[in-house]
Amino acid sequence: MQRTRKVSVIFGVLAVLFGLFFSGSSAANAAEGDDNSASTFMIEGTLTNLEQPVEGVKITATLDSFSESTTSDAEGAWRIDVPAAGEYVVELDITTLPEGVELSNPEWVTGIADLTLTTSAGVLFPLGSQEVVEESMWDQLLNRIWAGLNFGLLLAIASVGISLIYGTTGLNNFAHGEMLTLGAMLTWFFFTVVELPLLVAAFLTILGVAAFGWGQNAYLWKPLRKRRLGLNQMMIVSIGFGIVVRYLILMFFEGDSKTLGGEGDIITWGPVLTTSTSIVGMVISALALAGVAFFLTRTRVGKATRAVSDNASLASATGIDVEKIIRIVWIFAAALTGLAGILYGLQYQASWLLGNDILLLLFAAVTLGGLGTSLGATVGALIIGMVVEVISLYIPSEMKYAAALLILIAVLIVRPQGVLGKKQRIG
Amino acid sequence: MDWTSILTLTVGELHGAYTAAYVLCALGLAIHFGFTGLLNFGQAAFAAIGAYGFSAGVIVLGWNMWASAGLGLALSAVFAILLGIPTLRLRADYLAIVTIAAAQAFKFFVSTTEYEAITGGPNGLSEFGAEFYALNPIPDGRYDILGLSKSAADLWIEIVGWSFVAIAAILLALLVRSPWGRVLKGIREDEDAVRSLGKNVFAYKLQSLVIGGTFASLGGMVFVMSSQTNQPATWGTNFTFMLWTVLLLGGAATVLGPIVGGMVFFALTMLTQGLLEGLVNLGLLPFLSISQVGQIRFLLVGLALMLLVIFRPQGILGNKKETYFNA
Repeated sequence: MQRTRKVSVIFGVLAVLFGLFFSGSSAANAAEGDDNSASTFMIEGTLTNLEQPVEGVKITATLDSFSESTTSDAEGAWRIDVPAAGEYVVELDITTLPEGVELSNPEWVTGIADLTLTTSAGVLFPLGSQEVVEESMWDQLLNRIWAGLNFGLLLAIASVGISLIYGTTGLNNFAHGEMLTLGAMLTWFFFTVVELPLLVAAFLTILGVAAFGWGQNAYLWKPLRKRRLGLNQMMIVSIGFGIVVRYLILMFFEGDSKTLGGEGDIITWGPVLTTSTSIVGMVISALALAGVAFFLTRTRVGKATRAVSDNASLASATGIDVEKIIRIVWIFAAALTGLAGILYGLQYQASWLLGNDILLLLFAAVTLGGLGTSLGATVGALIIGMVVEVISLYIPSEMKYAAALLILIAVLIVRPQGVLGKKQRIG
Repeated sequence: MDWTSILTLTVGELHGAYTAAYVLCALGLAIHFGFTGLLNFGQAAFAAIGAYGFSAGVIVLGWNMWASAGLGLALSAVFAILLGIPTLRLRADYLAIVTIAAAQAFKFFVSTTEYEAITGGPNGLSEFGAEFYALNPIPDGRYDILGLSKSAADLWIEIVGWSFVAIAAILLALLVRSPWGRVLKGIREDEDAVRSLGKNVFAYKLQSLVIGGTFASLGGMVFVMSSQTNQPATWGTNFTFMLWTVLLLGGAATVLGPIVGGMVFFALTMLTQGLLEGLVNLGLLPFLSISQVGQIRFLLVGLALMLLVIFRPQGILGNKKETYFNA
């Protein structure tokens, strides 16, 4: 069974990569066998505290008049079968938690299970038995700034990708987030399903996402450029393409959130709590950004890329092969975005909607920094990352992305060319 | 395979209340994009604001139906002005990014439990239609409409929805034939030329955004009224891009385009879904499960959007000369 699952998943991944829309076998469903459970819906999860299962905790799922409860079993696992699609509110009864075990964040007593499009969803209730330490405002702020730097660096590598593509082709790529999702999903597949070592899995993922970038340029965007399709039309095409890729990812990888299991060891630096994964991730992001800067300013291809961004016709007249540069940019941008997906997946979780949620933060970052400039995208991404994390001290955490988007709108009122952008770019 | 059921359901989509709601929103988008050239990617937010204005008006404020509907329309106009002032002076793709960002921000706002008292949080609001359905003149009972059994309430919301569509379409036809409408088309073709004639381009764009947004907020009200539930999950980007597909399918710069586009689009997706489900149940598509068939519906939206823009940007009814994506 495990073997066939792997084979069919590989087949599914290849099908996603090469865009064979309907011919692929569906990975996860083939694995589940032919039972008729496809028409019932379920919500599930596992409660663990310090890697020990937590038994006998009451969990309730409600939607409108429907309400169903269950308790976690000896393995800490729980499962609620629900009759219909919808967004269920799942609540943990904190009075049934064993003594000394608490939710690691008291606000997370309810979760949402979105079963509007899938038949199963997982809900996490992070537990922790640590006594609640009253952190000082400064310590909290430092922690948030650290988290913001981490998130900002991650956003920066994906933003540089979106910005390079915009610079050389003029395309506002609304399908960019899906490369991030693909990065996270492929890593999940290679790392946790095939059980390859993490570095090999990451390498294969970057290779896969880069191939996806090359493929979509060669078979979609290049022919469209040849047809002289307008930029706004291309933008709408990218929206359609993004939807297609997103739902293909959903069909092959299913709708549950996937844990890649790369939390690493917890490290304390003074008041700052972090993990080894975060630190390694931040170092990799910073190195990647330095690599981009070196590439753009010191190498011939990088200089040619900047020439194409500045003026494609002029670059072409001086003997630069514009199509070749665009091809390199697509591969390079896709690889960077895939890397961002890996880092996101390792530190948070991978879900099929991940790229779609992050996409607008990427746009906010590049607009804030100035459309089409790589340095601007980096600065913009760091600011957006910081804002998103720091502001969650003051407003409900579900609203933190909304705050970033409101900042985007505010920037457009005050300084539409962005922090580092040139004025003529806003047209 | 149950052909009768597939065909009745398909025909049902042609006159369903949901179709009317989408068509209303798409008519608004026709004003924005088809006639003025504005890339509004946040139409879902206009519809959501109409829906939330209405449902919160009834449930939270305890207002009557008319005042609540007025609240929804007024809020969507305010939203259009707030959104338009910073962005309408900038290039078209900025409006695109800002509208989609604002729509997402609004969805975050209504989904969080923090403002549950006003928005109902992730569960949304429900049961706000008593007054509306009390006006229903159709006697109780089941009615057979083209093979589908409908209750009096279903019929009532369908009649009201499609009446709104008719009124909106007539209004739109009158507007675009008026001198005001000619200025809008002028802005779509060449903004600078219109500016050189002394017209205040910004004011015209803002008016277009407000009027199109009002159509959408009316559409949002019809949408939530047919099931009497208003959930935040409805108003995602999928809603917006479904509207774009409907609009581009029918023809963006036409009055009848959104109507034809909406009917054809929903009938076709229902037909494909019915056929695929039938084939899956017969075991002919072993790589698909029933839940994945629902996902294919969205996949087809994306595919249709791509193919339409590439191969037939004028849609079914449009004139190629009138398809300007002023890039």
